[in-house]
Amino acid sequence: MKLLTLAKGGTLAFAGAALILGTAVTPAPAADFSGKRVEWIIPYGTGGGSNRWARFYAPRLQKHLPGGPTLAIQNIPGASSTKGTNFFARRAGTDGLMVLGTSGSTQFPFLLDDRRVKYDYADWEVILATPVGGIVYVNPSLGVKEATKEGMKQLQKARLKFGSQGATSLDLVPLLAFDILGLNVKPVFGMKGRGPARLSFERGEVRIDYQTTPAYIKRVTPLVKAGKAVPLMTWGMLDAKGDLVRDPTFPDLPHVGEVYERMHGKQPKGPAWRAWRTFMAAGYPAQKMILVKKGTPADIVAAWRKAAADTVNEPGFKEAAAKALGDYPQAVGAEAEILKKVATTVSPESKAWVKAWLKRRFNAVP
Amino acid sequence: MLEALSAALIEITSGQHLIYLLAGVAMGLAVGIFPGLGGIVGLSILLPFLYGMDPTSALSMLIGLVAVIPTSDTFTSVLMGIPGSSASQATVLDGFPLAKKGEGARALGAAFSASLFGGLVGAAVLTFAIVVARDVILLFTSAELFMLTILGLSMVGVLAGGSLAKGVLACGLGLMFGALGGAPATGEFRMTLGSPYLGDGLPLVVIGLAMFAVPEIIDLLRAGGSISRSQTLGHGWVRGFKDMWLYKWLCFRCAAIGCMIGALPGLGGSVVDWIAYGHVKQTSKDKSQFGKGDIRGVLAPESANNAKEGGGLIPTLLFGIPGSGSMAVFLGGMVLIGLEPGPAMVEGQLNLTYVIVWSLALANVIGAGACLLMSKYVAMLTTIRYAYLAPFMIMVICFAAFQAQRDLGDLIALFLMGMVGILLKRFGWPRPAFLIGFVLADQSETYLYQAVQFYDWGFVQRPGVLIILGLTVLSAWLGARNAPSGEVDAEMARRLKAKNMRPQAWFATAVFAFFAWGLIDGLGKSLIGGIFTIGIGVVMLPIAAYLVYVTWSNKVNHNVNYDHEVEGEHLQSSETPGLWHYILWLASFLVATVLVGFWLSIVGFFAVFLRVKTDASWGRIAAMTAGGVGFVTALAWIMVLDFPRGMLQDVLLLPWPIG
Repeated sequence: MKLLTLAKGGTLAFAGAALILGTAVTPAPAADFSGKRVEWIIPYGTGGGSNRWARFYAPRLQKHLPGGPTLAIQNIPGASSTKGTNFFARRAGTDGLMVLGTSGSTQFPFLLDDRRVKYDYADWEVILATPVGGIVYVNPSLGVKEATKEGMKQLQKARLKFGSQGATSLDLVPLLAFDILGLNVKPVFGMKGRGPARLSFERGEVRIDYQTTPAYIKRVTPLVKAGKAVPLMTWGMLDAKGDLVRDPTFPDLPHVGEVYERMHGKQPKGPAWRAWRTFMAAGYPAQKMILVKKGTPADIVAAWRKAAADTVNEPGFKEAAAKALGDYPQAVGAEAEILKKVATTVSPESKAWVKAWLKRRFNAVP
Repeated sequence: MLEALSAALIEITSGQHLIYLLAGVAMGLAVGIFPGLGGIVGLSILLPFLYGMDPTSALSMLIGLVAVIPTSDTFTSVLMGIPGSSASQATVLDGFPLAKKGEGARALGAAFSASLFGGLVGAAVLTFAIVVARDVILLFTSAELFMLTILGLSMVGVLAGGSLAKGVLACGLGLMFGALGGAPATGEFRMTLGSPYLGDGLPLVVIGLAMFAVPEIIDLLRAGGSISRSQTLGHGWVRGFKDMWLYKWLCFRCAAIGCMIGALPGLGGSVVDWIAYGHVKQTSKDKSQFGKGDIRGVLAPESANNAKEGGGLIPTLLFGIPGSGSMAVFLGGMVLIGLEPGPAMVEGQLNLTYVIVWSLALANVIGAGACLLMSKYVAMLTTIRYAYLAPFMIMVICFAAFQAQRDLGDLIALFLMGMVGILLKRFGWPRPAFLIGFVLADQSETYLYQAVQFYDWGFVQRPGVLIILGLTVLSAWLGARNAPSGEVDAEMARRLKAKNMRPQAWFATAVFAFFAWGLIDGLGKSLIGGIFTIGIGVVMLPIAAYLVYVTWSNKVNHNVNYDHEVEGEHLQSSETPGLWHYILWLASFLVATVLVGFWLSIVGFFAVFLRVKTDASWGRIAAMTAGGVGFVTALAWIMVLDFPRGMLQDVLLLPWPIG
């Protein structure tokens, strides 16, 4: 597949680039942030997952930055996160004193040419990337125990509703997955987040829902234990080669591709599947990224990368991160570069296909 | 349960937990006093410090903060007629007239004791309800929530004042302004004129300040002198207490209302005070003093808004779904200290839940006590010449408005909507009705859409919906029972009527045009995206047309006739500057901000305003400017906030805070 080869080729190129960069950095003067205040722009409000992610990282990162600066989080929500991101694009200098934290909802408007977007991911360098998974679960009253061929047949018969924030949000990935799997799902828009959608599930108003990993672990697992929810599948995760594999946090659950294979006896292909792969890769495996302006001196970028690497390699970090963010390897260095590339590139074909699908299916124009 | 309750009490009163609670309370009191700043600002300041604290200390600090804001925000509502936060907008209606009559002390005493009472009821309800509330909350689906928004809208009849037509239209205006921005179901942008700022809709903080703070500041400035006419604060803290005791059942009912509405996720706490106010007005026999300084008008919203926090904690703790903006940030704080809301809060972690309950109760007691102690000093502000206070107030409300979106658009919206507020006040359109419409616009549309999607139109037959419908009819009937009748008419006849209704006619015409625009805009959208604004337009246009007819044909004896510029008490002196005088001051400030940014403009505004409007020496002006601007600068630094930039900053890179 096009994307796959691209990602694979990218691996080597970036590994090479990282090597060259690594040798070039050594003689440069060491960056020093002592007495400085570093602003970390989060284009989301204080109540959401991105804020939680940033506040998990901030105290850890600032400890590892040379000179121990204060890392101050500035929440600038609005206009589906394009507002704070535009602000960063306009205001950030190349001194490494202003960094940006983005999420899948920042990547999607960019990929879909939303007219509010005045930023370009090509202008930024990635410091760290955090993968997040997505898990689909259903109401037990549907009689589906797991996503086997029979189970999915049963599910296809049901008329389902799905609480959504909007077709052009991260919910694009579930909505398209439901289409590919031939499920009869009608979205009900206007949900103010994944939380209210889950509440709708608990009330029995919707019988199919998905949550991202941290929310699933904390809020849905108790429902599963109580017999009020049945997990079916995940979006899967990309491995180091860029292949779609099972989500490492939920190794027992099949990913969407596997489910399709179980149903049809062959691997999914075609423009719809390619589009889904692309947008899934943009929304989840590199869902949250820390970025600095391109043109930032090499020593400063290196200092940031080192701080990120030191943070994730610190003893005890893995356990804490697994609890707060899900059990995924936090990508730094060359690995983060690959993920960023995968998350912010779409083929013109997939872009056009998704735009046409959004218009046809939901009359939605990004 | 009792074990957990007592263990939690011991835990919270031991060691440093109490100190953290006090720190939270101190922060809450400080933030609450400033108009427009509320829980969200306070929690944003505290969040960075939470990391790594032990859960009990962190929880008591967070709760200390959230619990006392509805107590201390009463100060500006009562003393200056400016709501301290969105939770105490209704307190203004009767609290401020009491202060003007020189009964500020009594009003504050009543407000604080009602706050304390409400807060304790809230804590008690939380104690018991949390164990059983989960299933009850799940009963409230989108259909029931939609009916509740209708119940809220039915309060408009009570809050309408002299003319029902104007009340309904004001509510319609609120709905229309609330519908501005992205449509909930389709995301289509309605009436945004292509502005990215309007895409997210107008922020509630900005609307609250525009409706109440801006018109009041302008009127107080024009009236000259100080806020308190009598130059005394009056005595009567004790009388305030006695008032509370006298109306303890009223306070209890309002506290119960506050708890219930606060506990429903998705309805939002910002209507609680209005519903309580509407309730007391509906159920009182003698309504003549409401709006002129009836103590019950202070007691009702104050007991409800403190009780709301106890109720609001229920869905936050059980489902992780915040009931209000400040609860959303509280939730963020909980997650930071490693606590996950969910069923565990009443099972394994019941102990922590009761730490929250005790913190809530203690914070309410400490907060009310502290406010009483402080009130003597805070009340002295009302004896200062208002021209000295005005620059501070203007600065603080601009700062508060700017919190909403951190955009220059916040200030422009504050100014423009402030003009609407001034005109609504001038022509006697009930601003509370406007606000109810505004707050409920998004929710009524979203829940109606969802209810129809989930249950089809058959949702109206759901038992919960029918019960709430019954309550709505009852509420409307109670409101209509004592509609403005003979007594009020007699008083209206005595009033000095405007002879020339031209200004009112122009305003009514503008309102008509606005509804027409909303309707036309809606017709250009998809059915689901446009139907709400079309619906408002269709209902409101005939009423607006009627008003246009009455005002243009100059029917001076009609009950819609009201013009504050003819009847207002500020006109007693011939030296009173015209309505536009201070609006021009504000406009100049806004233009300066667009040119050179907020920070330089506010410094200039302080200096020029104080020089022209007071007889202060340059030294004094410098000291006041440094004090005021220094304060917001420090606040902005702590909150990691950049001030609005102007054109100057686009050209020139200037150091913070100027650039």
